[in-house]
Amino acid sequence: MESRLKALEEKAKSEIKKADSIKVLEKARIHYLGKKGELTKILRGMGAIDAAERPRVGRIANTVRENIENELDKAMDAIKGKELENRLQLETIDVTMPGKEIKIGRRHPLTQTMDDLKDIFISMGFEVAEGPEIETVYYNFDALNAPKNHPSRDMSDTFYINENVILRTQTSPVQVRVMEKTKPPIRIVSLGRCFRNDTPDATHSPMFYQIEGLVVDRGITMGDLKGTLEVFAKHFFGPDTLIKFRPHNFPFTEPSAEVDATCFKCGGKGCGVCKGSGWMEVLGSGMVHPNVLRNCGIDPEIYSGFAFGMGIDRLAMQKYGIDDIRLLFENDMRFIDQF
Amino acid sequence: MYVSMNWLKDYIDIGMDIDEFAEKMTMSGTMVEDINISGENIKDVIVGKIETVIRHPNADKLLICQVDIGKEKLQVVTGADNIAEGDYVPVAVHGAVLPGGLEIKKGEIRGEISEGMLCSAVELGIPKAVIPEKIKDGIWILDKTYPLGENIVKALDLSDEIIEFEITSNRPDCLSVIGIAREAGATLNKKVNYPKIEVRETEEKADDYISVEIEDTEGCNRYVARVIKNVKIDSSPRWMQQRLMRTGVRPINNIVDITNYVMLEYGQPLHAFDLSFIEGNKIIVRKAEDGESITTLDGIKRKPDVSMTVIADTKKSLAIAGVMGGGQSEVTENSDTILLESANFDANTTRLTSKKLSLRTEASSRFEKGVDPNIARLAADRACQLIVQLGAGEVLKGAVDVYPEEIKPHEVIVRPERINNFLGISLNNEEMVDIFKKLELGTENSGDTIKITVPTYRMDLLMEADFAEEVARIFGYDKIPPTMAKGNITVGGKPDGQIIEDIAKDLLNGMGFNEILTYSFVSPKTADMVNLDKNDTKRNMIKLINPLGDETSVMRTGLLPNMLEVAARNVNHKVENFKAFEIGQIFVPRNNPDNELPHEIPNLVIAMYGKEDFFALKGVIETLLDNLGIDEYEFVVERNNPTYHPGRCANIVVKDKTLGTIGELNPIVIENYDLNQRCYCAELDFSIMLELTRIEKSYEPLAKYPSITMDFAVVVDKAVLAKQIEDIIRTEGGNILESFKLFDVYEGDQIGKGLKNIAYTITYRDKERTLTDEEAKAVHNSILSEISEKLGGRLRQ
Repeated sequence: MESRLKALEEKAKSEIKKADSIKVLEKARIHYLGKKGELTKILRGMGAIDAAERPRVGRIANTVRENIENELDKAMDAIKGKELENRLQLETIDVTMPGKEIKIGRRHPLTQTMDDLKDIFISMGFEVAEGPEIETVYYNFDALNAPKNHPSRDMSDTFYINENVILRTQTSPVQVRVMEKTKPPIRIVSLGRCFRNDTPDATHSPMFYQIEGLVVDRGITMGDLKGTLEVFAKHFFGPDTLIKFRPHNFPFTEPSAEVDATCFKCGGKGCGVCKGSGWMEVLGSGMVHPNVLRNCGIDPEIYSGFAFGMGIDRLAMQKYGIDDIRLLFENDMRFIDQF
Repeated sequence: MYVSMNWLKDYIDIGMDIDEFAEKMTMSGTMVEDINISGENIKDVIVGKIETVIRHPNADKLLICQVDIGKEKLQVVTGADNIAEGDYVPVAVHGAVLPGGLEIKKGEIRGEISEGMLCSAVELGIPKAVIPEKIKDGIWILDKTYPLGENIVKALDLSDEIIEFEITSNRPDCLSVIGIAREAGATLNKKVNYPKIEVRETEEKADDYISVEIEDTEGCNRYVARVIKNVKIDSSPRWMQQRLMRTGVRPINNIVDITNYVMLEYGQPLHAFDLSFIEGNKIIVRKAEDGESITTLDGIKRKPDVSMTVIADTKKSLAIAGVMGGGQSEVTENSDTILLESANFDANTTRLTSKKLSLRTEASSRFEKGVDPNIARLAADRACQLIVQLGAGEVLKGAVDVYPEEIKPHEVIVRPERINNFLGISLNNEEMVDIFKKLELGTENSGDTIKITVPTYRMDLLMEADFAEEVARIFGYDKIPPTMAKGNITVGGKPDGQIIEDIAKDLLNGMGFNEILTYSFVSPKTADMVNLDKNDTKRNMIKLINPLGDETSVMRTGLLPNMLEVAARNVNHKVENFKAFEIGQIFVPRNNPDNELPHEIPNLVIAMYGKEDFFALKGVIETLLDNLGIDEYEFVVERNNPTYHPGRCANIVVKDKTLGTIGELNPIVIENYDLNQRCYCAELDFSIMLELTRIEKSYEPLAKYPSITMDFAVVVDKAVLAKQIEDIIRTEGGNILESFKLFDVYEGDQIGKGLKNIAYTITYRDKERTLTDEEAKAVHNSILSEISEKLGGRLRQ
C-alpha cells in the first residue's frame, strides 16, 4: 500500500507538471483527491492493513495528499500568473492616443475682468452695488453736477428714450442712488453696461463696461484716494506697478485727477502698447464734488469722499492684448474659447 | 490748443527744455498731448536767386533755371511755372533732406543736368491748410531779398516748437497764448510779461461814426466797437503769418490776420466789418427776425431763427453773432474804413446757434465755452495797436463800448485747515497764500481764513473745493502722501443676485457652455425673426430717439435674437459644436414711460447646436435647477409657441410660476437665421430663478436600511407622456418611493403600431426600518395596476 501511495504521488506530480490550464488542473485535483478519486480508492484498502500499521500508513497517505495539494497550488499559481500575463498583453492599448474631450465653457473675458475687479475691491471692504441701465437725465447728469449745456448731454453723445430718460452713459449714477439711500460710511463699487452714441470701430463701441468706485465718510482725504488706487493698481496690474495722478476736470469731482499706470507690458520703459511713454491712462478720479454730496442729502461740511471710474473693456483689452473692441461683442466661440 | 513756443516766450522766460516744460505743465493740469518741432528734418536747403529761366529743350512742361546760391551757381530743372528771373526761392542742393525724408541728388532730367530742387511751402513741411493763398501753388517765392546761400530754416525762422495742449472745459481762459503763459507762470513760479497796450489814435472820434445798441441783452453781454480809417489791405508780416500758421490758422491779409492773432493771443474773437456797408451808422445787436436770411463769409445763405442773435444795422443783418460774419460787409482790398468788433456773446445762445446751423468756427467754439467780458476792450485795443504798428490803418479816438451789466471779480473765503484736511497735506497759511498769488488771485490772509478775490476770467473758481484743487495742483498731486482711509471698517461683498449668477455661470461653464455678451439694443425686426406671435407682449419694445441705426434702435425684450445672431455667426465661421449662454437684462416698458423707468429683468438664454438633441439641453436645465436648489419644476408640453417646434417645446414651470421655455427652434426661425441645422434653446426668467434659488445646504443622514429595486416595462399608446406614468409612480409610490428612472423606450413592429414600450426601474426604501419584499411588491403592483387602468398600459413580462 505504501508503494501504491508513493506511485500515486509520482504519477500525480508528473501529470500536474504537464498541465497547461486551470481546467486540466481542476480535473487532476478531482481525479486524484476527489471523493471518488485515486487516493480515496487506495485508502479504501486500509481495512485490510494491520491495525498497528494503520497510523503510519495513514500519516504517509496524508503526506501524499499534502504533497499533491501543494503541487496543485503551485501549478495553479503559475498558470494564473501566466494567464494574467497573457491577458494584460492582449489588453495593451496605445496610451498615446488622445483622451476623451471634456469641453469646459469659458466666461466672457469682460466677465473675467469684472470678477477680478470685484475680488480686489471686495477684499478692500467695498460692497458691489447695482443700478439700472436705463436711467433718468437727473441721475446721469443733473445730480452729478454736469452743466446744463454740457456736450455729453447732446444727442450726438447720449442715447435718448425721451427727454428725461436715457441709456446711462456712465456707472456714476449708481453713486447718487447709493448715497440717497445709504448713510456714510459708504464704500461701494458698481460695474456694468454703459452706452454712448459712438459708431463701432476698433476702439469705440456704442455699448461698453465701466466700474465706478465711491467712498464717503468723515475725514476722507485725497491722500486716501491715492492710497486706495495704488493698492488696487498693484493688485490688478502687478506688484511693481507705479501710478501717477494728473490734474483733470470732471463735473462730479473737485479736485479731479486722471491716473496713469506704468505700462503693464514694458513696465515703464516705453513700448508700442504705451506709444513709447511708459505710461497708460487707466482711470479718472477725484474728490466727490460738494454739490453732488448735497444733491444726495449728505452734508459736505461733515463728510467727504472720493470716486473713481474705469473702462473695463479697455482694461480687458490691455490685459489680454485684444486690439479691437468689436471682438468683445462678436462672441466668436474661437475667441471666447481662448480665455 | 496749439501754442508756438517762440510766441509764448514773448511773455515768459521758460528757462528749460521743452520736454521738462511739457511734463511740468501736464502735472499742474494743462496736459500736453503732443509736441511738434517745426523746421526739423530740413537739411541743406538754402536761399537762392533765379538768374535766368529757359524752356527745357526736350520737355514742354519743364524749365531750366540758373540759380545763384552765393558762392556758386547751379542749374536746376523744375516743373513749376510760377517762377521768374530775380525771384528769391528755397533751393535744396545736392545732399539736401526734406521733412518727409526725401533726399535730393544731382541728376539728369531729360538730358539736362539738375543740381538741386526748388521747393514749395508744402515740401518744407508747412501744412497745406494754413499756407497763404500767395504761396499755396508752385515754388515758394520769398517775400523779399535774403542773403544768398543762407540756410532757409534760419532765413525764414522755420524753427519752432509747437505744443498741443488739452484744455479742459472748466478752463476756457487757457484757450489763448496769454492764458497758457499765466498757467506756465504759476507752474514755474515765474513772472508773466503781459503786452503793453498803447494805441496811437487820430483826432477823429469813433462815436462820430457809429453808435451801438444791444437789444438782445441775453445774447450779448458787451459790445466794443472801434473804427479804423484809411485802411491799407496788404499781407501781414512774416512773423505774424508764421505764428498764425503754427497755431493752425491760414493768413489772409493784415486786418483779418490781426483779428485772428489777437483772438489766439487773448482768447477774444474779433470781427472786422467794412463800415461802408453799415447803414444808418448804427450797430444793433438783436434777435433774428422771422424770415430773415444772411449769406455768411463761406458763401452759404443761412436762415437764422428767432432764437439766434444777429449783428444788424438799421436795415439788415450783417453777421450771425459770435459765429460768422456776412459776406457783404466783409473787409476787402477796397475797404477804406472798418469797424472792429470785440463783443461778448452768451455761451449757450452761441452753442445752440452753432449747432442748429451746423456751423462751428474758432469764434463760436470760444464763445460757447465762455469768454471773459472784461477782456473785450483790451483785445480791441491790442488789435488797434497792431494795426497802427503794421501800418494797416489809422485808429479813431476812443471806442463805443456798451456793457450793460459789468461783471466784477468775486470773493470767496476759504479755510486753509479744511483744505489741508481735505487733501491730506499740511501747508501753513503763508504757503497757501503763496500758491494763490502765483495764480494771480487776490488774497487777504486773516488767520483762520483767506479771503480770495477771483479775476473774472477764472469762471471755474466758485467754492472752497475749487481752491483745494488749485492748491493741490500747484503744490503737486505727486507730493500728496498716499494713505488708506481711516475710521470705519466695512465688510465687502456682493448682492445675492450676483452670487447666484456666479453659481449659475460656474454650472453652465462646467457643462461646456461659453458665456457671451451682446448689445442691449436690437433691431425691431428681431420680433419677426424669432417668429413672435402677433400679440406677443415682447413686440412692445422701448425705442431710442437717436439710435445709431435701425439695427440697434430698440431695447431688447428677450435675449434669444442676439443669441441666434451669434449662433449664425459661428455657423458661418464653421464652428461645429456650439454651446453658449448669456445672462443679461431685458427691458419691459411701463404704462407711464415719462415718469417711470422701465422694468429691467435679468434673463438667461442657453443655446446649442451640433451633436445635440432636446434631451441634452433638458438635462442641462435640470442640472442647473437641481444645483440651484430649485425643485418641483415640471416640463409642461407647449404646442403654441411659434418660436419653437410645436412638437418639441415645453414650458418650465415651478408651482404657479413659469420659469421659461425650452425647445427645438421652429424650422422657420432656423431659416430666418440661416442656421442650417437643428438648434436647441432655452429662455429663462432669471429674476424668478433668483427668487426660487436655495443655496443653503443641510445634511441628511445616510440611509441605514437596505433598498429594494424593481423594474417594469409597459406597452402604452404613443401619445401617453412619460410625465403621466411618472405622476402615477409618485402618487402610488408614497413614502417608500426613493427614486425612479426611465431606462428604455422602444417602438417597433413587435410592439404594434401606435404603441411604445416604456421601461422604468424603481428604488423603494423605508427610512425607519428594513423594507420587506411583500411591502415593496404591494406598492409596485399598485403602480402597475394604476398605469394599466388609467393609461391603458399592458404590462410586459
